[in-house]
Amino acid sequence: MNKTWLIIQREYLSRVKNKRFLILTFLTPLLIVGLIAASIYFSVSGVEYRKIAVIDPNGFVKTSLKNTNQINFSFPANVDTSNYIQKGYTDILILPQFEKGKKSDYILRSQKSMGLMLQESISDRINSAIEDQMLQDAGIQQNVLDSIHKASQVAELKAYEDKGSSSKESNAGLAMGIGYASGLLIYMTMFIYGAMVMRGVMEEKTNRIAEVIISSVKPFELMMGKIIGIGAVGLTQFLLWIILIISLTSAAAGFLPSDLQSQVETLQQNNGTMAGGMMQASESAQRIYDFQHTISTANWPLIIFCFIFYFIGGYLFYAALFAAVGSTVNEDPQDAQSLMFPITMPLIFSYIITNMVTQNPNTPIAFWASMIPFSSPMVMMARVAYGVPSAVTYWELALSMLCLVAGFIFTTWLSGRIYRTGILLYGKKVTWKIMFKWAFKKA
Amino acid sequence: MGNVKMSLYLNYKFLTMDALLSLQNLKKYYATQKAVDDISFDIQRGSIFGLLGPNGAGKTTLLRMITGIFYPDSGNILLEGTTFNPMLDIEKIGYMPEERGMYKKMKIGEQALYLAQLKGMSKAEATEKIKYWFKKFEMESWWNKKVEDLSKGMSQKLQFVITVLHEPKLIILDEPFSGLDPLNANLIKDEIYALAKKGSTIIFSTHRMEQVEEICDHIVLVNLGKKILDGSVADIKQQFKENNFSIEIKAGSSISSNAIFTIINDTDAKYLIKINEGYTVNNVLHQIIEQKIELIGFNEVLPSLNEIFIKLVEGTHAGARAFQNI
Repeated sequence: MNKTWLIIQREYLSRVKNKRFLILTFLTPLLIVGLIAASIYFSVSGVEYRKIAVIDPNGFVKTSLKNTNQINFSFPANVDTSNYIQKGYTDILILPQFEKGKKSDYILRSQKSMGLMLQESISDRINSAIEDQMLQDAGIQQNVLDSIHKASQVAELKAYEDKGSSSKESNAGLAMGIGYASGLLIYMTMFIYGAMVMRGVMEEKTNRIAEVIISSVKPFELMMGKIIGIGAVGLTQFLLWIILIISLTSAAAGFLPSDLQSQVETLQQNNGTMAGGMMQASESAQRIYDFQHTISTANWPLIIFCFIFYFIGGYLFYAALFAAVGSTVNEDPQDAQSLMFPITMPLIFSYIITNMVTQNPNTPIAFWASMIPFSSPMVMMARVAYGVPSAVTYWELALSMLCLVAGFIFTTWLSGRIYRTGILLYGKKVTWKIMFKWAFKKA
Repeated sequence: MGNVKMSLYLNYKFLTMDALLSLQNLKKYYATQKAVDDISFDIQRGSIFGLLGPNGAGKTTLLRMITGIFYPDSGNILLEGTTFNPMLDIEKIGYMPEERGMYKKMKIGEQALYLAQLKGMSKAEATEKIKYWFKKFEMESWWNKKVEDLSKGMSQKLQFVITVLHEPKLIILDEPFSGLDPLNANLIKDEIYALAKKGSTIIFSTHRMEQVEEICDHIVLVNLGKKILDGSVADIKQQFKENNFSIEIKAGSSISSNAIFTIINDTDAKYLIKINEGYTVNNVLHQIIEQKIELIGFNEVLPSLNEIFIKLVEGTHAGARAFQNI
């Protein structure tokens, strides 16, 4: 045990002290934040400007097609498909004479094809204009229509989950987000750290230091030391990321104007409404409060506990298999590719299931995939985000965790036996069939 | 008084000549080969022991069983008279495998420290010993270098230091001189002698017979998984002598093959002869003196280990044997 500890220390320190680790740890969150910011920036500002000429024989869509900072609608005379470009328009929208009960198409011709989002937003507006027109034709006054439109925006869906006598606010969007993010994070770390274990084992083997070390410690101790050491590197990286994200967001919150901050605080104290007599909260304050309120509906202690459990369990499960593959590789790293396939396939498959489960946490496939250790670290995280015990019962969670523990004990045992033989064997191309022979032959 | 002396002598004999390591009927079979097939021998404490054999003879398998890397299928390994327990006895052994390497990116000092600690040394103790050896081998400036910056010979020296650092009772060196220049080879050789003198037992495995002849007290030759020779270097040479002698006579005179001896080789006035069966050295000398030939030198020629090795191994298809560890 003492020697395993020494190996863990070396594996851990040699990686954490490495410059690459520090750079990766501190740059990754910045890179992610930067990418998100950049994509938001480009989606807002990078859209091209459209000047659309509308030919409307009906005359009622004009009020619905309002100008935005991206689109300018105008209703000129004497413009048609042959001359709209010369007259300085980018597109021309030709509406037919709408007749009741008759389906008719409207046509958009463009100099450059228009994005899907923009097309949909234009067709939405036209359709609602037609709908309004039909309602008016049916005898509903314009002012009644307006007041209905206004009133319908007041309501908002608030979902609650019932737990016995008490009920709790739930948020499917948040659950989906958490499930997706943690599933993706576990998926990525399985790959990154699993591959790191494999490369470490390959390094020891091809460097020919394995035999020197194995004359001091048992192969199993060497393998476990490596797996645990690298796992600790992964946990350290997560911890640093969490600290970094919390400090970055609180630093960002510090930059908010002070009156906005005080409004958010008032909202927090009064459960989302401004106290009587005070001024109306600004829209941004309301949004920040809503965001914080939504985040707070999740059961964070449980989610974090499950995340750490499934990260460690899943990591141990897969890392042992990666170590076994690493031990069988000779000088040619290409060998690893084909042997890795049976390990990466279930990983990728689990990721696909996770994507399905984030939208629908209680299908039979979600249940089974969250029990089988190959996929449970990712799939169960996606389900847990929907709440325990409402989406996942306690016994399901316990059974899944038990299966994962049993799973990694089995893969570690199996890999230990493959590793023991593989690490000292040179010059032989190893297949999975041979690996299974090693695993199940007598000691 | 004489009794005391006698018992001291016996005590000395007991301490120096008892077996440090005993292999008893060791067997290790792989699916396609009998890698080690019923091998037994003893290694005396403080001796330099040569384990010889062609490629694929089973030497490495044997060494891996002695170092606890492999378990024998059957048979016993006794270290200092008790059954070898890899968990406890591993620290008594220093093993330098033939295929040896280091972590390329790790600093040399840290690496030596790490490997010494894996052998059960405390950090302080290991640091002290490393400094001692680095100084001795003029490697002090290497501490912060990385292995990838070392030449092959330099890393070989480092390997040797790491092997002997924890003062093991049994030191196993598999081809320790490969890749070393004569200067460094001598440095290591002197250390091997010094360690043996201090009481360490050394197992030396190699193909280089001239090194074995020079260094080893006792050898075992294995081929195709079986022991085919076991004894002191001197005894074995006696055992395989072929009644060959070198004769040097005064220039100008000559001898020729006759009933007593056959000339195998002659250059100028130096002859290599083989005494025919039924005759002795005295018959030869008598004949030469009778012929009034002036004799300058007369020596017994013992076969070299190389010759014995080739004689025993040749034609056994030893080289064709390759292990499949399945």
